[in-house]
Amino acid sequence: MKGGEAIRLSRVRRSRAAVAVLYAVILILAAAFFRLQVLGSGSYELQSRNNRLRPIPIPAARGAVHDRNGELLAESIPGYSLSLLPAPPDSARATLERLAPYLILAPEGIEAILERRSRNPQLPVLVRDDLTFEQVAAVEERRPEFRLVVIETHPRRRYPAGATVAHVIGYVGEISEGELDSDEFVEYEAGRIVGKQGIERSYESLLAGSAGTRYVEVNARGSIVREFASDLARAAEPGTDLILTLDLGLQQFADSIFPSDDVGGVVALDPRTGEVLLLYSRPSFDPNLFVGGISEADWAAIRDDPGEPILNRAAGALYPPGSTWKLVLATLGIRQGTVGIDTYMPTSCRGALQFGRRPFRCWKTEGHGPLDLSGAIKESCNVYFYQLGLRLGLDPLLSGVDGLGFNQATGIDIPGEISGRFPPSRDWFDRRYGRRGWTESVVLNLSIGQGETEQTLLRMAQFYSALATGEVPVVPHLLQSEALQQVREDWSLDLPEARRRELVSGLVRVVNEPGGTAYWHRPREWTLAGKTGTAQNPHGEPHSWFVGFAPANDPRIVIAAIVENGHPDNRTSRAVPFATQVVSRYLQSEGIPPDRAIEAPAPIPVPGVSELAGEAQ
Amino acid sequence: MRRERSSAFRGLGDPVLLGGALLLALLGIGMIWSAGQVDLPSGVTGAWQRQLVWLVIALLAFAVVTRVPMRWLEWATPWIYAFSIFLLLAVLVVGGGPSTRSWLRFAGFSFQPAELAKLATILLLARMLGSRKEPYTSLFELWRPVVAVVVPFLLVMAQPDLGSALIFVIILVSALFWAGTPLFTIFMLISPGVSLVLGFSSAVWGVWFVVVVVGLYLRRPFMAEAVAVALGNLAAGALASPLWNRLAPYQQRRLLVFLDPDVDPRGAGWHLIQSKVAIGSGGVTGQGFGMGPQKRLAFLPEQHTDFIFSVVGEELGLIGVLVLLLLLAWFLRRVLRVAAESTQGYGSLVAFCFFAVLFGHLVINIGMTVGLMPVTGLPLAFISYGGSFLLTTFVGVALVCRVAYET
Repeated sequence: MKGGEAIRLSRVRRSRAAVAVLYAVILILAAAFFRLQVLGSGSYELQSRNNRLRPIPIPAARGAVHDRNGELLAESIPGYSLSLLPAPPDSARATLERLAPYLILAPEGIEAILERRSRNPQLPVLVRDDLTFEQVAAVEERRPEFRLVVIETHPRRRYPAGATVAHVIGYVGEISEGELDSDEFVEYEAGRIVGKQGIERSYESLLAGSAGTRYVEVNARGSIVREFASDLARAAEPGTDLILTLDLGLQQFADSIFPSDDVGGVVALDPRTGEVLLLYSRPSFDPNLFVGGISEADWAAIRDDPGEPILNRAAGALYPPGSTWKLVLATLGIRQGTVGIDTYMPTSCRGALQFGRRPFRCWKTEGHGPLDLSGAIKESCNVYFYQLGLRLGLDPLLSGVDGLGFNQATGIDIPGEISGRFPPSRDWFDRRYGRRGWTESVVLNLSIGQGETEQTLLRMAQFYSALATGEVPVVPHLLQSEALQQVREDWSLDLPEARRRELVSGLVRVVNEPGGTAYWHRPREWTLAGKTGTAQNPHGEPHSWFVGFAPANDPRIVIAAIVENGHPDNRTSRAVPFATQVVSRYLQSEGIPPDRAIEAPAPIPVPGVSELAGEAQ
Repeated sequence: MRRERSSAFRGLGDPVLLGGALLLALLGIGMIWSAGQVDLPSGVTGAWQRQLVWLVIALLAFAVVTRVPMRWLEWATPWIYAFSIFLLLAVLVVGGGPSTRSWLRFAGFSFQPAELAKLATILLLARMLGSRKEPYTSLFELWRPVVAVVVPFLLVMAQPDLGSALIFVIILVSALFWAGTPLFTIFMLISPGVSLVLGFSSAVWGVWFVVVVVGLYLRRPFMAEAVAVALGNLAAGALASPLWNRLAPYQQRRLLVFLDPDVDPRGAGWHLIQSKVAIGSGGVTGQGFGMGPQKRLAFLPEQHTDFIFSVVGEELGLIGVLVLLLLLAWFLRRVLRVAAESTQGYGSLVAFCFFAVLFGHLVINIGMTVGLMPVTGLPLAFISYGGSFLLTTFVGVALVCRVAYET
């Protein structure tokens, strides 16, 4: 048994070796667990948390928007949404059918919801997000029947003033892919509601507030298991309330008296500060339709409307300025010493001016006869301004107008404003028509606001603001804020005060002297200074313009209004009575003392003048 | 040993061993109960009850086996082995299972023949090696034990069950080691296998081959042995990549994931990542028995079988892990003592091989949960859910007790 003994002896050594291996391995394993559970505990705990906790944003209520008098323009109200928790298709269908009478769900609606549910059966499915309080109450009363139902509140936007202020306020909608990629929305997540237009868009960062976060626990399949009370949770912070310079009453007044069936727009500024008092565009749309996602049918109706309701005709549309432009010519003429306020032109108006082989017409076919600059402004004589333009010469005209900033936007604080257009130099014509494709005669059309110039209402209002106050031009703005009361430093009227007053007196004559183009619609209590305009355009009857300010000696309001195709004949200019009434309404509501002796006799209405003429007296 | 114990327990040989096995199995059932506490009810919820039934069956088997003298068993060994090989063949034909053919079903029970084959192979090797007066010293003498292991090894690989196949290698090595075979001979025997594993990288394999050649030069075995070993290593190194390509894609991924779980974080790496997250988030004191969120929310896969130790880590923390590790180590040490003190060659080898198998399961299973071992799907003895494994484990414990009794 010698061999057996040897085995038994060596077995003691082998046993010791095995014990050593056993303990060594246990020690290694213990060390591995120590590394994971003590040294790595923090990071693994975080991973475990990230595994199972999903942050769910709590939307913040957007700030409210008020007008200058505290009237509500936009607010956030509680909206109720109803969702179904994950459940087998049969119980989901049964619940929906029981819900149908309370929520007014059509059978097709139920099918659509079940279809959406089947695409992502692990997640709650949204049934309706626009429930009324009564509907919510009806469901809550029958809670035991609706165990799968979750009702949540979320802030919902409401625009009490509706279509009247649509182009100012804009609207909100779900953030788009493009916006998500942009730097501005770097902290936004998909599904967030953001401002899309108007004030909602430009002051998104103030209005939005900051979304809060809550956490839910999910399992490995992504199903929500329960709410998780986490110290990381954060309540939503509501957005800042904004006060605008807009006057809702004035806005509603403009809406009510805007010539029915007509298309156009109006903007009014306080010329001293640039505060926008009124910004209205017709036709408009109801911004409430966009809240919670606009329906296909509503969107099609807005999109296909030939009146283009989305278009902001006050700041986002270009029109030939027509005769309102003549004050630009007059300003340049006086500034360069080409004319004075009492300068007569060599050719009196006989209805047209012959230039080359072509007659350039005045609107008054029988002719104005001899006029000085003041008279030509009053009666809006084209022949006078043709000659003024020719005297100025093309190059001084082009550079002078460019120097007045007519190729730039005003810088208003809502998106969608477009710049005015005016040829900056001869090269522009060369590029457009070819070197030999045009003649100096372009001067004539440019002198009366036709041809190659197009401006926005807002831009003309800004120019007339400078004319009204003699100060540097203001920047129109809608948010009431000292910081926004800025001036343009890149251009100014650069007109001696005495000369400016002469021009203003010409504008006063337009409205207040018999024979002035706006005489029939003059306000009774305040001296309105202004200029009518007729913009020839290829789309039908000429547009009717009025730009003006009042009271003439201490202007508190500058208005620019246009009624598209509102000038069918020489006696009808629908923008004028509209604008003068708006001005009167504003001055009255502001309690501005009348600066005019009240006239006794009402003028005899001329047949064919707009029916609004009577009201204006 | 311990013949002085009271006569009531004498028949048990080492009653402490039975007590330890029972304690571990009950702890296991507790953990299986906890593994069933999930938010989405599944079959796991009732698994602890089935395991309890299996424990009763296992205790009955224990009572029977402890009364069988080792001599009888030694005599019956070839028949048991033959039967187990028959079952391994049968499972390849009629077997079923989640992803591999490793289960036999009859009379409502599922049974893994590989578990029986492990025991049978232990018995056969113990019979071959224990009856020898002198240990094997030459490589070529080892052909009989090698064949005895390679047959079930290949059959298990065919299922394919990589983890169990590894256990057969452990049985071979441990039996040879305990029988006194020189370590260098064992080294020569398994070196081609190592070559096969290292063959994925030419550089690593090259280093290994140099080690083998230097070893052969220093220890001067017979020339034929040296040549055979060198050729075996060369062939294995060359075969590595063709064999790798023959592995099922999921097996390849599991092995790759062992090197870097982030290769496939949603697929094969998922198990390992989630297991580490569960264990790591348990910290020192754990999330509380039954409360682990990783397990509860179904992030932790196979939480009642292969990854039950991750549940221990998540819910009982480092303290629970260390207690359980020490308990298992104490139990293994106890088995090892029986092997060391046994007077018979056969019984001692049986006890030692059983120790090695349990130890192998422990290292591979627990090592897998912390990323020290590849994910091979081996259960943890006593703790993991699995009836046939619990049964064979208790039969093994019964054999060890019998060896202790006969000492």
